[in-house]
Amino acid sequence: MEQHFPVLLIAIPLVAAPLLVLIAQRRLVALLSLIVAWVVFAISLSLLGRVLAEGVIEYELGGWSAPYGIVYRIDCFNAFVMLFVSALGAIVLTYAPPSIDAEIPRSKHYLFYTSYLLCLTGLLGMCVTGDLFNVFVFLEISSLSSYALISLGKSRRAPLAAFQYLILGTIGATFFLLGIGLLYQITGTLNMADIARRLADSETPRAELVAFAFMTVGLCIKMAVFPLHTWLPNAYTYAPSVVTAFIAATATKVSVYAFARMIYTIYKPEFAFEALPLDRALAILSLIGIFIASTAAIYQTNVKRLLAYSSVAQIGYMLLGIGLATQSGVAAGVVHMFNHALIKGGLFMVVGCFALRIGSVRLVDLQGAAKTMPWTCFAWALGGLGLIGVPMTAGFVSKWMLLTATMEQGNWPVAILMLISSLLAVIYVWKVVEAIYFAEPSEKAKAASEAPLVMLLPMYAVIIASIFFGCCTIYSAELAQLAAGELLNLSGGSR
Amino acid sequence: MTAETFVGLFNYWVVICLMMTGFYIVISSGNLIKTVIGLNIFQTSVFLLYITMGKIDNGTAPILRGQHGHVESEIHAKIGPTAEVLHSVSHTEKTTEHVHDAVAAVGHLAHDGGPYSNPLPSVLMLTAIVVGIATTALALALIVRIREDYGSIEEDDILAMDKDAS
Repeated sequence: MEQHFPVLLIAIPLVAAPLLVLIAQRRLVALLSLIVAWVVFAISLSLLGRVLAEGVIEYELGGWSAPYGIVYRIDCFNAFVMLFVSALGAIVLTYAPPSIDAEIPRSKHYLFYTSYLLCLTGLLGMCVTGDLFNVFVFLEISSLSSYALISLGKSRRAPLAAFQYLILGTIGATFFLLGIGLLYQITGTLNMADIARRLADSETPRAELVAFAFMTVGLCIKMAVFPLHTWLPNAYTYAPSVVTAFIAATATKVSVYAFARMIYTIYKPEFAFEALPLDRALAILSLIGIFIASTAAIYQTNVKRLLAYSSVAQIGYMLLGIGLATQSGVAAGVVHMFNHALIKGGLFMVVGCFALRIGSVRLVDLQGAAKTMPWTCFAWALGGLGLIGVPMTAGFVSKWMLLTATMEQGNWPVAILMLISSLLAVIYVWKVVEAIYFAEPSEKAKAASEAPLVMLLPMYAVIIASIFFGCCTIYSAELAQLAAGELLNLSGGSR
Repeated sequence: MTAETFVGLFNYWVVICLMMTGFYIVISSGNLIKTVIGLNIFQTSVFLLYITMGKIDNGTAPILRGQHGHVESEIHAKIGPTAEVLHSVSHTEKTTEHVHDAVAAVGHLAHDGGPYSNPLPSVLMLTAIVVGIATTALALALIVRIREDYGSIEEDDILAMDKDAS
């Protein structure tokens, strides 16, 4: 049983999803999907334990050995990513029932749960697989189900936002597919480790370069890197609150994971950073993205949209770290993936509580909400501190690691710009805090009541976790260090 | 570039033309249905690229003809001893002879249907086509809902309506 965990991680939600459509009974479906989500979390937890104890796990699907069959390969890096993706998937689903009751018509609930599980399957599949074409397939599974999830939003703009995301997302995925095709043409294999081995001896740098470019652009669309982020604000704003919390916490991070795999495992970092100036390009785009998106966030009057722009900015920090190509830099990027998943997931859950009780997420309607919804507002304050990067929060840990990593390289301008950009985060977080704590209550806020316990508990679990991992870094930061070491060694050692 | 290589790369020129056509339609068209059509053309170009790379001149599907068991046993009969010899003695003339025999036998069998095209790219594209169909279906479903809500499928009109509303 235990040796089949890598495939069960994918198979359980994948099989459960169509079953939910067949059952189609609201309560039963909700219960079943909740069980599935927590089982998946338990499996990924045990997989991480096994990786830490025994090293890399390789699972051959159907018993076909490596270059011919599809292999699931789990090391510290993807075990870590899988852990937080499945954790947030389970926690957000626990939080979901009251919120979707208010935002999605009851007759469509079972479809929501089905798409949710499919999305989870796709995201975990992208992490677990060691086969490049498999990454594309899982990418499309997660993308298609997230388009469907976004279109469930109450506003009439939701289908349009989903459609725009679908167009851009499909172009991105097709670019990725094109890159895979070119790599297959060069190497004749789809297994990532095998491609890496054969690329080392390949004599066609131009084809490699083109493949690399296509895959980079494709994944950058999925990651919402600055100039390619246009789908994200609308999609996050008009999707149901639960969907936004789940997708914002996980989807972009998994794409960042795939990107890091591409640079460090399939290609060698020397190729990406010396033959191509990708590190400088990433640093410049990330910094521009951080500043423009943070500034845009300051001017938003819709809290969901504010957080969406802030997500675009935060992706910049992750890419800054991953583009540094040093162990401390990559570790900073990886740990920020984790921390940001917690913080942004938590904050979007807070916004979901506002949406439920106040019926709006516009800043004017949230004014004075602290009087009627003290716990929800306090969660925003705690999560906001993490987003800014105040000491003793998770956000501080990742920014500190990123700062030391840039200074190690003597890259002072980047370090200083990063510090300045944190001030922008102070402004947009404070803007909301000021409205909910110090403004005269709006009519809607006066009529509101505290969010139900079913939502408060999972929300606080995430928010408190973000503070716990800020005080006690042995788990998250050390895991990220291990993952970064593995990622860099793998690319250095095998050639 | 000589005329010969230009013509030899015919499929790739088609791929590039299709891809750019599709991409241009996606970017330029304000009509949502046309955007989806553009997206389909764009995806099709990639299918063509994959199928082109797997195909060789006069290549057929790699299916062994004749009695399945018969062919297999024949290959086994030829290769089996070779493998054993390879394990026991290495680099003797006898081994080389055996290897030649076996290769000739397999080549002969293959010659019944060969040369073979690489089937893998076609199989991959089967998956990609399914993904493409799912994407198109979802996109069309979204367009139906957009039209129900706005009464239009022109992006400019829809955005103008949203601007008026807010």
